[in-house]
Amino acid sequence: MSSMILDAAEKIFARNTNIRSRHVFDVEHWAAVEASGFTRALLAEEAGGFGLSANDATSILRVSAKHTSRLPLAETMLANWLLADAGLPIANGVTTVALVDALPSENCRSVVATRVPWARVAGAVVVVARDGRIGSFESPRIVAQGMNFAGEARDDIELAWSADNFQTEAAPRLFDSYLALCAMLRVVGMAGSAEAALKLSVDYANDRVQFGRPIGRNQVIQHQLAVMASQVAASVAAADMAAIAFPLVMSDEDRFKTIVASAKVRVGEAAGICASIAHQVHGAIGYTEEYRLHNLTKQLWSWRDEYGNEAFWSEVLADQMFSMKTPSPWQFLT
Amino acid sequence: MSISFDPAPSLKEFGELRRQVRAHIDSALGSDFSSPQRARSWISADPEFSRSLGKRGWLGMTLPKKYGGQERTALERYVVAEELLAAGAPVGAHWVADRQSAPLLLYYGTEEQRLEILPKIAVGECYFCIGMSEPNSGSDLAAVQTRATRTDDGYVVHGTKLWTTNAHNAHYMTLLARTDKSDERHGGMSQFLVDMRTQGIEVRPIIDLVGEHDFNEVRFENVLLPPTALLGNEGDGWKQVMGELAFERSGPERFLSSFALLNELVLVLSDAPDRQARQAIGRLLAHLMVLRHMSQSVAGMLQRGESPTLQATIVKDLGAILEQEIPEIARTLVKVEGSLSATDSFAATFARTLLAAPSFSLRGGTREILRGIIARGLGLR
Repeated sequence: MSSMILDAAEKIFARNTNIRSRHVFDVEHWAAVEASGFTRALLAEEAGGFGLSANDATSILRVSAKHTSRLPLAETMLANWLLADAGLPIANGVTTVALVDALPSENCRSVVATRVPWARVAGAVVVVARDGRIGSFESPRIVAQGMNFAGEARDDIELAWSADNFQTEAAPRLFDSYLALCAMLRVVGMAGSAEAALKLSVDYANDRVQFGRPIGRNQVIQHQLAVMASQVAASVAAADMAAIAFPLVMSDEDRFKTIVASAKVRVGEAAGICASIAHQVHGAIGYTEEYRLHNLTKQLWSWRDEYGNEAFWSEVLADQMFSMKTPSPWQFLT
Repeated sequence: MSISFDPAPSLKEFGELRRQVRAHIDSALGSDFSSPQRARSWISADPEFSRSLGKRGWLGMTLPKKYGGQERTALERYVVAEELLAAGAPVGAHWVADRQSAPLLLYYGTEEQRLEILPKIAVGECYFCIGMSEPNSGSDLAAVQTRATRTDDGYVVHGTKLWTTNAHNAHYMTLLARTDKSDERHGGMSQFLVDMRTQGIEVRPIIDLVGEHDFNEVRFENVLLPPTALLGNEGDGWKQVMGELAFERSGPERFLSSFALLNELVLVLSDAPDRQARQAIGRLLAHLMVLRHMSQSVAGMLQRGESPTLQATIVKDLGAILEQEIPEIARTLVKVEGSLSATDSFAATFARTLLAAPSFSLRGGTREILRGIIARGLGLR
């Protein structure tokens, strides 16, 4: 991971001081993020990006998650990539993504896409239909406003559902690949959240004195944090694995899906363990609104369920393996 | 703060090597090589199989050519190791020698020791055992009492080593013994290269709860070692065994011990896997995928000459949890009453794996020792 990008990201995201997990879209903070060019980080140089590796590009999201930034960066990054991939012009401002598992048809006038991230502040929504066709929908009607645990907007929107609204024909890419792309971004975000929760917890265990010594001196606390550290290490490794696999979405979609599915299952499982240990180590202080641990654990609890939970992706993996001519775990893994 | 794993290097370019290893395993073991046999893998000694690997240049792969090695990368060694383990090949005879004794000799051995022993390891004819644990020194390795007293003729060793895997097949032991009084807990220890034919060494089998003979008690009764048996520097024993343990803990054997059972499970379920089965199997695949990425990352760090001790510790801890889960999951998905003598392959493999499972989080460092190491890495002690 390039340290220059990390330093830049640290500087920009560290300004988030909003500890309460209520939805507030910080317009100025977002303007600073946009000015940094991070919204184009996934793009190739010729498409208006900086030629970053997917690992470097997604590391920005790890930093953003660590600071619980509550900004539509992952969505805008991906929306821009989808537009570029479809040969459409890149949008400015907040752009989000909606996956709609249906085909546009003559007789269905509109559909409601549920829990679309940040729709209420988005200038455009990049919509992917079941056959992979892409449409950029401007200012969709918000049917219901909602948010996830972490205070990120998750809105239901109404989309005029006719083929005319789409700018492309059916894409060569599978619908599942788009789902996997979204899942990949959540994987990276969870890895960043878990890393930050570990640091908070270890620092707290070293500072907090009970029974005349820091609680981190107790073997039982040490072992809990060791368990958490292993889960965090697995999460970060899974995020790396998924990010490294990103180019496969263009060359070997099945393998891309396998790798992202594995990462989402693994990190999703780690998320629950990490949140649980972090809160246990922190005691009551971590259960208050004024302390920032809950923003991290709320991200973990939200993102593990977005774009397919562990059960969903586990079944995807098993289906892939069992559909081999001779199902073999080792052949499947290698 | 968090313990980072470098992104794993790609193994794509070694596809041909992978195919060659697979083909060799298939032809050398044949289809009769049963699943319960495969479940024993790296504790199953088959010198003929070990020699067949040596012949193909798959032992001592990373050693310099002048010591009989191939000067290949740690990543290529990783590919060979994981293929052997995933297939459950009987690699027990040479495993310790290839994995940790050869690197140990390369770092700390004298030129004479290297020239004499490394080429034999590379052809699969020289096997090692590890003389660390003792009756009163298990997790607390610094408590070893076996003493090597310097005399005019060399060293006289007195003491007992315990849980010594493969001692009954090994030509050499790397022995950790006390050579000096020291005020420091980790001081005054040295490592020796012990020819197992030396007079006064007695190897007694210990049968484990599977009913198998894997480990031993090794007694040293005033055993005279020549001065040339000293391995590395006198007093550096602790440092040296810690380096050795980094090799011991880093390999793919730390998450593939139950792989034969997973194969059996998939075979039994493959006709009509229900939702519960698919979720459970998919989850195991996800865990294995990520562990493999982490293990490859460790191999990459070794290749660059780094010492990924903490990373290896994490892989081993996570790997053992998964290995121990597999028999538990297997019995929830398939009705089985395990029996080592069952003719049903699933029941026999299940029995073998379940009964061996407690050792997965004991051997090579208990779970508690590993977590202590990780906690230290986090700055908690």
